[in-house]
Amino acid sequence: MATRQPIEPQPKVEVKGLNLYYGQHQALKDVGLAFYANQVTAIIGPSGCGKSTLLRCLNRMNDGIAGIRIEGKIALDGSDIYGRRQDLIQLRKAVGMVFQRPNVFPLSIFDNVAYGPRVHGLKNHARLAEIVERSLASVGLWGEARDRLNAPALGLSLGNRQLLCLARLVAVEPEVILLDEPASALDPISTLRIEELMRELQKEYTIIIVTHNMQQAARASDRTAFMLAGELVEYGETRQIFTNPRDSRTERYVTGKL
Amino acid sequence: MSVRESFDRELQVLQKDLLKMGMVAEDMVHKALQALANRDMALADTVVAMDDEVDRLNLEIESRCLQLIALQQPMAKDLRTIAAVMKIITDVERVGDYAVDIAKESVKLADRPLFKPLVDIPNMAELVKKMLRESLEGFVTRDLNLIHQMIRHDDDVDHLYKYLFDELMGFMEKDPRLVYQALHLLMITRSLERIADHITNIGERVIYMETGEMKELHA
Repeated sequence: MATRQPIEPQPKVEVKGLNLYYGQHQALKDVGLAFYANQVTAIIGPSGCGKSTLLRCLNRMNDGIAGIRIEGKIALDGSDIYGRRQDLIQLRKAVGMVFQRPNVFPLSIFDNVAYGPRVHGLKNHARLAEIVERSLASVGLWGEARDRLNAPALGLSLGNRQLLCLARLVAVEPEVILLDEPASALDPISTLRIEELMRELQKEYTIIIVTHNMQQAARASDRTAFMLAGELVEYGETRQIFTNPRDSRTERYVTGKL
Repeated sequence: MSVRESFDRELQVLQKDLLKMGMVAEDMVHKALQALANRDMALADTVVAMDDEVDRLNLEIESRCLQLIALQQPMAKDLRTIAAVMKIITDVERVGDYAVDIAKESVKLADRPLFKPLVDIPNMAELVKKMLRESLEGFVTRDLNLIHQMIRHDDDVDHLYKYLFDELMGFMEKDPRLVYQALHLLMITRSLERIADHITNIGERVIYMETGEMKELHA
């Protein structure tokens, strides 16, 4: 192994006493957990358990929703992301997100990846080309895309479009990558590529994935959080959650009885 | 029937077949000792033949476990149950093999009366059969108290083995004409002692299945 692993993993994102209300409905109930640097953390649970809502809190994607109220604290490297002085653009640069359906822009492959760095003010073409190559290479897409950088990104297969979304994210050098069901629309081969990529990317980033697919969580994550009806029921090492869960509700969910 | 229900049913059948396999092995130990006590060579042959059934169940249960893992991707207790079954059948299969060894020893001893009546060896065999019954019952009922109680019997078996070892060695030292019988009887006690160790392993797997804790309970 090239990098030396610290004995105690460092908390990158810490969530404390998080409550979230949509009007009268409480979608998150006193959720508290830490996401660790250089680990893949999976959040699992049945539909409507609050897992995507929790994920979206981590880069304040819920902010614009009418009637929403959020209490509690979320800290990135110790500083409150809901604090008054938090710059939202900077936050979303640091904490990037990939969605269920690949949302590539109707632009060329090159312009998709260069989009973020350009928004952040980079104009130098040589520098942009370098970032595009590095980003595409880091998601394993450079070989396929190098000769068609100016082709429309929408011409790529669904799986490659999702990889392109990841490359677009990597281009702005985030610290945390949030993945919301990133492979649920993909075929098994593309799914495997995404999972392998998560393992590759965890060397540099903190990865948090919401997934319905328990085998995916089991295969591709270090830690797993199980949520039910807005509560964090159990959080622990993935191998423990799937071989010997402590809470009977987790047991029922992972064995398909819930 | 839902997917989950059919999986549950397959798990039930798997456990039922394991129980069946265990009962055949127990019957083999019982018959092997009867063959010894009554110098019944036909019964000894029966024990050897019964081992085919144990071997067949071993392979069949293992292949069904592998199928369940591949097709159902079991998690948590389901996974632990299947993993436990896969380990337990290996131990039960070994119990069957040792019963065959005892049966074969009893054939070698059948040509003339024993130099002394059998007392401690049948006692040891009763204890071993009791352990096997309790381990299987504990597996079915998930009764960990019963399993712990069963594992404690292994100490008694070990004591009996040590006692018989010394006693048979004593006979051999005193009278070389007894070596043939004493040595074969010693082999039989050794097989019984090994059976008890395999049964202890079964107990450890039942505890793992129930608690997720993997530990060696008895050396």
